[in-house]
Amino acid sequence: MFAAAALLLLVSGMTLALYWAPEDVDQGFSQKIFYIHVPVALTAYACFGWGAWKALRLLWKREQRYDLESYTAIHMGTIFGLLTLVTGSIWAKISWNIWWSWGERQLVLFLILFLFYSAYFMLRYSIDPGPQRANLSAVYALFGVALIPVSFLAIRIAGTLYHPAVFKRDGPDMTGEMFAAFCVCFGGMLALAAALYANELTGKRLDERLRDLREALA
Amino acid sequence: MRRYLADAAVLARKDVLLELRGRETLPAMVLFVVSALVVFHFALPGEQSRLAALGLLWVAILFTALLGLGRAFVAEREHRLLDGLVLAPCDRSAIWLGKVAATFVFLLLAEAVALPAFQLFFSGIDGPTVAAVLLADVGICAVGTLLAAMASAGRARELLLPLLFLPLAIPIMIGGVGAATVEHPARYLGFLGLYDVLFAILAWASFEYVVTE
Repeated sequence: MFAAAALLLLVSGMTLALYWAPEDVDQGFSQKIFYIHVPVALTAYACFGWGAWKALRLLWKREQRYDLESYTAIHMGTIFGLLTLVTGSIWAKISWNIWWSWGERQLVLFLILFLFYSAYFMLRYSIDPGPQRANLSAVYALFGVALIPVSFLAIRIAGTLYHPAVFKRDGPDMTGEMFAAFCVCFGGMLALAAALYANELTGKRLDERLRDLREALA
Repeated sequence: MRRYLADAAVLARKDVLLELRGRETLPAMVLFVVSALVVFHFALPGEQSRLAALGLLWVAILFTALLGLGRAFVAEREHRLLDGLVLAPCDRSAIWLGKVAATFVFLLLAEAVALPAFQLFFSGIDGPTVAAVLLADVGICAVGTLLAAMASAGRARELLLPLLFLPLAIPIMIGGVGAATVEHPARYLGFLGLYDVLFAILAWASFEYVVTE
């Protein structure tokens, strides 16, 4: 169901973004990557948040199934985070003719998060499966959602400012058509992440069940 | 509350005593930080920039702290002490607090050598830098101790700790370097304080889950 929704929303969102939404005055056609880059970034945050929520549930209820759910969500978040880095890098190349800019706060933040969540996987793979691994992963995942605002604040305090700030305190700085197209794209990206998450989770659960059955037979 | 602090103090005293008898961690930290400063002198070619030197001071502090944190749970692991501590009739987070206090003391002592050495080798250090170092130490020890306990559960312990710690230490670096280099450091010091409070609470609350199953 999520997959169908993702396909529908993403196709219509991209169509709206390319043909219906007006072109940006300053950036022209290259601004269209906005409709991919920003939804991907927000989806990555959503995945990390979902993973941390499941981690919290695990520590709270001590039910082991949350471990797999938290891990899968963070896995998806890391993939979307990497996509954010790639699309942001392409955008920077087109706009400013550089692949990487330390002045672009979102990209720097995603680099920190990417390093953090890569360490999460290192932590997971260096511990034998079991309740201890579940606990440690969950605690580290919770540190991740604390790190997001803290790093954001740090970069904001320290950083120079020339990322195009589209979302401001007094509402988004774009036309209604652009915002509508953006929302459809964002919905599609969320649905895509949900579909991938559900698919991955089913696969991992099957794996686990298969292993249990094999052990029972052996 | 009093009981809790007394428990933590006893645990911290145990670590300090162990260090006084064994002298394994602190001399290594001091020697490392001085060697690192000498290496950094040669890493900055030609005319030395004060800003670059200050930045490297923070690298030296961070890596020295990592060295100390890597040793923090060695005794517990080698003698399977952690199981005993967890069984002791005290709050589990008191174990964390005691360890943080001991690591903090070691780090302070190492910096008591490092900062004068930096002044001797490079340039003077002002009040805000010292304040930032103290604030950063709290955050480094609070987060680092929890992560050291995590890393000691894994297979690749020595490898794991820096990987887990460095991404979380980036905000500390931003705050510390900022406070040491700008004219009005209040914002950066405030940020470091915020980091300390937030992550200390998080580490304090989650330590129990790290040492129990």
